[in-house]
Amino acid sequence: MGLRRTLQASCFLTYGLTLSALPTNRSHTNHSPLTTSHSPLKTMLHTFIALVQDKPGVLTRVASLFRRLNINIVSLTVGESERADTSRMTIVCEAPDTAAHRIRASLYKLETTVEVDEVNRSEAVVRELCLIKVAASPTGPHGVHSRSQIFELVTVFRARVVDLAPESIMLEMTGSASKIEGLLQVLRESGYDVLEVSRTGRMAMRRGHHTTRVLRALGTLPQTPTLGSEDGADLLDLDPDALPEEESLPNQFKDHEA
Amino acid sequence: MNDNQHPTLTGAEILWATLAGEGTTTVFGYPGGAILPIYDALRKFPTIHHVLVRHEQGASHMADGYARASGRVGVCMATSGPGATNLVTGLATAMLDSIPVIAITGQVSSKVLGSDAFQEVDITGITLPITKHNFVVTRAEDVAPTVRLAFQIATNGRPGPVLVDITKDAQQGSATFDFEMSKPAAYRPHPMLRAESSAMRDAVALIQSAKKPVILAGHGVVDSGAEAEVIAFAEARQIPIASTLLGLGAIPSNHPLSLGMMGMHGESWVNTAIQEADLLLAFGMRFVDRVTGNLASYAPKAKKIHVEIDPSEINKNVRVDVSLIGDLKTVLQQLSPMLSKTNDASWVSEINMSKGTAAVRDIINLPDNGHLYAAHVIHDIWREAQAAGRLEQTIIVTDVGQHQMWEAQYFKHECSRSLVTSGGLGTMGFALPAAIGAKFACPEKDVWVIAGDGGFQMTAAELSTIVQERLAINIAVINNGFLGMVRQWQETFYDKNYSASPILSPDFVMLAAAHGIDAANVTTRPDVTPTVTKARTGGKPFLINFAVEKEDGVYPMIAPGAALHEMVRRPAKDPLLETAEDE
Repeated sequence: MGLRRTLQASCFLTYGLTLSALPTNRSHTNHSPLTTSHSPLKTMLHTFIALVQDKPGVLTRVASLFRRLNINIVSLTVGESERADTSRMTIVCEAPDTAAHRIRASLYKLETTVEVDEVNRSEAVVRELCLIKVAASPTGPHGVHSRSQIFELVTVFRARVVDLAPESIMLEMTGSASKIEGLLQVLRESGYDVLEVSRTGRMAMRRGHHTTRVLRALGTLPQTPTLGSEDGADLLDLDPDALPEEESLPNQFKDHEA
Repeated sequence: MNDNQHPTLTGAEILWATLAGEGTTTVFGYPGGAILPIYDALRKFPTIHHVLVRHEQGASHMADGYARASGRVGVCMATSGPGATNLVTGLATAMLDSIPVIAITGQVSSKVLGSDAFQEVDITGITLPITKHNFVVTRAEDVAPTVRLAFQIATNGRPGPVLVDITKDAQQGSATFDFEMSKPAAYRPHPMLRAESSAMRDAVALIQSAKKPVILAGHGVVDSGAEAEVIAFAEARQIPIASTLLGLGAIPSNHPLSLGMMGMHGESWVNTAIQEADLLLAFGMRFVDRVTGNLASYAPKAKKIHVEIDPSEINKNVRVDVSLIGDLKTVLQQLSPMLSKTNDASWVSEINMSKGTAAVRDIINLPDNGHLYAAHVIHDIWREAQAAGRLEQTIIVTDVGQHQMWEAQYFKHECSRSLVTSGGLGTMGFALPAAIGAKFACPEKDVWVIAGDGGFQMTAAELSTIVQERLAINIAVINNGFLGMVRQWQETFYDKNYSASPILSPDFVMLAAAHGIDAANVTTRPDVTPTVTKARTGGKPFLINFAVEKEDGVYPMIAPGAALHEMVRRPAKDPLLETAEDE
């Protein structure tokens, strides 16, 4: 047990760290309409969660918005949410650090959008599912030991074997993007032939029970006050972002794996 | 439930009944195969007048002109395929200027959707980026709720065009019609719309301490109906007001605090005031490149407060210090009581001093030298209307190009919605159809088309529509034999290489006569006013072909990429001026 812990920790240290800083500092070669000067702006990864109506064409509207803003989508996952007729999207994109406000505002402008949130790593759990097919035949470079070595890696990375074929093994792994990258890198550096990789892209969820944003999306909190509403003046000070941080973002769990 | 209250109707009938219920009285359209059931049902709805256009682009511009002139929703209609694609330019025009327009298109039957059936085109896909929202309706029971929702979307928040694509089987199917039950849920305001009280306090502090503030009044002033609030706000703090092209008229040009139009062809003192300002109050405008010039040198000394209903406009082009996101009228109603009044007019007088001799060199003050200048013509149309006491009853609809800028400079608008022009998209061919829409919206008003010889020919087919509908619309063609703005840019930036900018035109008087429209040629200044009066008072359409100076330019002008204060004035050695002095 102790040994495994150490091994596990060192794996994450080696691969998790190198890969967590992956594509953050690339700058656009195209002149994005979001850049206001001619110098290329520093870009970063933004993660947006959008609750949208579950209707035909909604994905196109969201995707088209990013195309229009000349922003590259790194990953986009869509699936059902806790609400009927509402899909949940997690969109990871690479954009100038000043672009987040405009992306959020533009996502909201889509008539099919119900709620938008932007999360960063510290306040949300971010996960990805990955299927990996690895060549593992007895005649391969690792010979008859190849499978047992893969099983060992699987245990360390807390992946699962989901298919066994005479020539290959299929692995399933859930985790942060950096850990998936870590497993892939270990496999490749150990001389295994990675035949296929299929990744879902990132999904994100805020930590804690119910954030104010979720409550608002569920309709159990009043809409944010607007200047246009009749009682706007009374509600002027009710700004959910002005609530104490621990109230709006209960953050009871530390990220052990980061 | 087939009773009088909730009859069972076809989808086509439901469409008309819903439009009527939403208050639509005029629809601009063109029939075709996939929309025939809707046209077949039209005769049962006598409260709605259908205007047959000559090209669907005209229909979308008419709906747009109708909306701009009245503030009500404009409705246009076309069949599937080419009918629908012809609406596209008009929808984009409405999108860029935030105009509430509903477009209804016929579509092939839902059973063959996506099969490249005859006259099938993916119009919702095509119009996705140029509409505020769009819908495909495949069932008769969805017609009423969708159309009602379309009206709600088109008019709420920042307005915009909405397209509803209705398949033929949805038009032919039947459903129970219940107008009240089809009402959409309460409009969801943009969730980022919020009055942050801290932002209000920051704004107040900035305004109270500003020595040289300038209000930038945009189209949002008109959309919000905040004209009185803006003027009261400006008067209380003695803040001068510069207008965008689409903001013209919202602040009467004869108001002592009104500076006039800002930007690329704005007057020198307006742009200088902006560059010298220590505080800019952007009211319902979006800092488009035509009003800012080079962003790096834009209003360098100024703090900026942005009052805007669309949160995605905040910090888009210009980074602002305080953003107040909301409806302008409501924001000003909350903000104004928090401010103290001042009578200090020193900043306003400083700007007035800086006007200096600029006006003297203004072409409108040139003596009549036998040449006819477009600026003269437009200024005389304004003077004629003013002398007749019809200024508040006049709507000018311009096309795009030099004449549009001269109109903005030399026609002194005094009320909102008195200028209808395509600002954001800059759509040539807009004027004639948009004027038809404006005349339907305001039949009691004098509607003038001011168009260049180039743009007029783009949609001149709508002259027939004017005649068929017996509309008393006056048309001033500013004819200089060139695509004038293109020529001016070629003169200034392309070494006078007049590539494809000279344009041959038909004899516009004969063209009008062929349509049964009275017309006249005007070549000299003394003929301008009498002919304008004749046109205005004739009670029927009248076209005037003004043969103006061929190579005149719009000044002042800011070269693209130059700073806002780096204005190009009319050249002192302008051959036009030399001729004037020689004579």
